[in-house]
Amino acid sequence: MPHGRRSGMENIMEKYCELKDGYLLVHVPRELDHHRAGGLRMEADLLIDAYQVRKVVFDFSGTEFMDSSGIGVIIGRSRNMGYCGGEVMARNLNERIRKIFMVSGLHKIVKTEGGMAGNTNRMEKNHAE
Amino acid sequence: MQSKNEMRMWFDARSVNEGFARVAVASFVAEMNPTLDEISDIKTAVSEAVTNAIIHGYERPEDKVLLSCVIEGDTVEIVVEDTGRGIPDIEKAMEPFYTTKPELERSGMGFSFMEAFMDDVQVSSAVGKGTSVRMRKKIGVQEG
Repeated sequence: MPHGRRSGMENIMEKYCELKDGYLLVHVPRELDHHRAGGLRMEADLLIDAYQVRKVVFDFSGTEFMDSSGIGVIIGRSRNMGYCGGEVMARNLNERIRKIFMVSGLHKIVKTEGGMAGNTNRMEKNHAE
Repeated sequence: MQSKNEMRMWFDARSVNEGFARVAVASFVAEMNPTLDEISDIKTAVSEAVTNAIIHGYERPEDKVLLSCVIEGDTVEIVVEDTGRGIPDIEKAMEPFYTTKPELERSGMGFSFMEAFMDDVQVSSAVGKGTSVRMRKKIGVQEG
């Protein structure tokens, strides 16, 4: 194989996911729909299996669109992590992604940080009073 | 004066067209001066309906999804149709978390999202003939 060329396998890998110390960081694409969900799921699961990952962090800082297919991907990983005592987190949710989390109820199953605080928490607090 | 504008398009039942369909509808409704939130709501609902047609309606990617859009005054009506398998029990299909394809990790939230983000969603379907999803949304009811 010529120098600098990556094999097919390597091309599939390392597109969305990054192995960090102690967790798998998933850079959620700009648009996460059914079209993108399959590839992301496959890549994440390969790495989770190969490196026995016990914590997955979905980073939404570059994400503008997500529909219920994306919810499926996150719930699926969350369930798999649950079986092995691991956890799934989501971070850097913009207003739109936050709305998708709220409407789907995902915010109740997946811990969020950086972007889910502030107004939302206050609203929930007020609601409880 | 009531303004009216209409468009129709059809495209292959390929997942790559999910993004195309929602962007096309978003561009079409831009003349109504929707907020970013309203645009996102419409894009999400279109994405759900088109994805359903592609995953559940059809088996072959060459089959066609028909999408039509009518703007009348401050209301947009979007219809997504397929001539595929059809839904045997619409009420069941619309239940949150119900899915016939758990192996694909479908969340079963497609219709819930359409109902959450549009004002009205009507589904008609006949087994072996196809499914039609009609969604309406009034633009300009949100503040800001």
